[in-house]
Amino acid sequence: MRYILKRREIVADDWTHLGEAAAGDAALIVPLRDLRADAVRWTAWRGRLGVRLAPADAPEDLATDLPRLDLVAIEFPNAGDGRGYSQGRLLRTRLGFQGELRAVGAGVKQDQVFLLARCGFDSMELAPGEDLEAARSALTRYTVAYQPGSAGLHPGRQRFFAS
Amino acid sequence: MLHTLITPERGAPNHTVFRRREPREYSRSGMYRYDELDQAFVEERVAEFRDQTRRHLAGELSEDEFRPLRLRNGLYIQRHAPMLRIAIPYGLLRAPQLRKLAGLTRRYDRGYGHFTTRQNLQLNWPALADVPDILAELATVQMHAIQTSGNCVRNVTVDHMAGIAPGEIDDPRPYCEIVRQWATLHPEFTYLPRKFKIAITGSSEDRAASEVHDIGLHLKRGADGELGFAVLVGGGLGRAPVIGAPIREFLPLGELLGYLEAILRVYNRHGRRDNIHKARIKVLVRSLGAARFRDEVEAEWHAGRGSAPVLTPADVERMRGFFRPPSYRTLADRDPAAGREPRFAAWYRYNTRAHRVPGYRAVFVSLKAHGGNPGDATAEQMEAVADLAERVSFGLIRTTHNQNLLLADVSQDRLYEVWRELDAQELATPNIGTLTDLIACPGLDFCSLANAGTLGVAHDIQRHFDDLDYLYDLGNIEIKMSGCMNACGHHHVGHIGILGVDKHGDEWYQISLGGSANGFTALGEVIGPSVPKHEVAATIGRIVEVYRTVRAEDEPFIETVRRVGLGPFRAGAYALHPQAA
Repeated sequence: MRYILKRREIVADDWTHLGEAAAGDAALIVPLRDLRADAVRWTAWRGRLGVRLAPADAPEDLATDLPRLDLVAIEFPNAGDGRGYSQGRLLRTRLGFQGELRAVGAGVKQDQVFLLARCGFDSMELAPGEDLEAARSALTRYTVAYQPGSAGLHPGRQRFFAS
Repeated sequence: MLHTLITPERGAPNHTVFRRREPREYSRSGMYRYDELDQAFVEERVAEFRDQTRRHLAGELSEDEFRPLRLRNGLYIQRHAPMLRIAIPYGLLRAPQLRKLAGLTRRYDRGYGHFTTRQNLQLNWPALADVPDILAELATVQMHAIQTSGNCVRNVTVDHMAGIAPGEIDDPRPYCEIVRQWATLHPEFTYLPRKFKIAITGSSEDRAASEVHDIGLHLKRGADGELGFAVLVGGGLGRAPVIGAPIREFLPLGELLGYLEAILRVYNRHGRRDNIHKARIKVLVRSLGAARFRDEVEAEWHAGRGSAPVLTPADVERMRGFFRPPSYRTLADRDPAAGREPRFAAWYRYNTRAHRVPGYRAVFVSLKAHGGNPGDATAEQMEAVADLAERVSFGLIRTTHNQNLLLADVSQDRLYEVWRELDAQELATPNIGTLTDLIACPGLDFCSLANAGTLGVAHDIQRHFDDLDYLYDLGNIEIKMSGCMNACGHHHVGHIGILGVDKHGDEWYQISLGGSANGFTALGEVIGPSVPKHEVAATIGRIVEVYRTVRAEDEPFIETVRRVGLGPFRAGAYALHPQAA
């Protein structure tokens, strides 16, 4: 059983990734490439469906899929690859995605979770070996922020606001 | 020494508000002052880094994991020891801050620091385990080392004459502070493909090298007199030097942050991450072409309306309030050099500059003493400058792109006294704007990236050109020297550029001519084969002798180079029988 950080709590993950041994049919996360490669299969899919974006994928390409997606997972292959922050922010602000936005990959660590949450990620599948408790408390390392950020993580005080 | 006073104030009924207040002489000083948000932020940042350092030292964070975190707090691991780069946002310091820096160099380092071309201060010898304490001390004087390295938005730099230059369009510093805050731990743009540098200017003369920054913003007035910016993108030095491309003629003030977000988002998504040498925004601008890059940014900017931060007129006014001019006395211009000794007259001529307010001058504190390392200052010198600033320049000090300090607002009747004190501290070498006011990165002596030393060469040049009358005859010549391709010493835009290269383990130097970063930005051209270390100063000696021979009357060096081209210099530089200097 995998545990993840979701809305500031440590919870058992009820999703599985395509190809994982335990992959069931209740809630499955499918890479965008696979989703496009076998459109018929996923249209007929009865369970909950999530899509996983690689760093080079454009979230705009998901626009018409979003209504039937319960989850979008964004991959952070290492801590230095910051493309996923833009992908997440675009999904939330421009594309209006309301479902679960999840950060996955080796780059998802306690020192990233505050930024992720400010960009609109509400769940984090931490890299192997990461301390979930430490990651949870890292969400509240900062009580202030300068930029507008996600409603999901409001620090106490903020300087600049969007119109 | 300054102590912060806590004074009770009457607030709402049954409620006493405690507000921090500083003694009167600083209360009107023209620079940004932290509020509770800023203070909480730097303190939380220190706590975070203290925890990260603890985890690293305990073996919980590997060096690979720790590196991007420490870099974003200014900490490099260098040749001898860690190097800590402390941010001096747009080069502005209060006297107690400079005094704090002096104290830090004494307590945690070897009693001196190095001021950089990006207006920051580097400590060369701190111990890793001490760095959280150093950062905590900085936070007590509203300072930090956040984002002075790493692949994120770096310290915003500015014209050191901001606010005092005659004919300035508007003071750029309020916008620098706005950009500083916006860029600080920006959730979306803290892990960019590569470092990102922004410079802002408010005068027609560009003293901030803004055209060789990732973004250059030039304050200007629009058709109806309203303020805004011209926007340049993709300038930079390093391996592939390039001058920034103009992508917007006029950006209204209120749109500043939204437009920056659009540029950064296009870069963050599409900049290359597969090759560190091709990851700067200039490579993306070149590969797309400036026109297409601009179209992408404009589309992103329009689509982002509604989620991007908006700068309200109140935000701008609040920020401008911090940078209001100090309370100048009503004075008339005089000639402070009249009747004084020639040494003072020379210093006055070379080390002070015209001020927009009658009766005042801007005074350079030369960190280019012959025999010293360019940009270095000792703790005692910093303290002396801090004391002087409190007495004669409204308690403020500026750091300059040329690695000097500046006392911006000195009344002319006190210049003689200022000169005497600076002279006693060896801070009055009358060489600002001359050949020995050269820029140099720390080079091989300190930096683990460097291929060759710069400090020894700087000393050779200072020795070779130690005759001030000869220097004055040469006039304005800018030498810029880097110890490697990364170009921290901006050699591409030096009138004379010097680049250290490694030749089979020996230090050699490539010399270029014709670069410039002042309003007419140009990249220098290499004159020929590189020369060994002991030949650099003599080679430059021969180059300037060519200039003395071929210059038209009063023609500055850079204009002669542009007029006659490299040919005569190339011929003279490698002459077998060097002419005596």
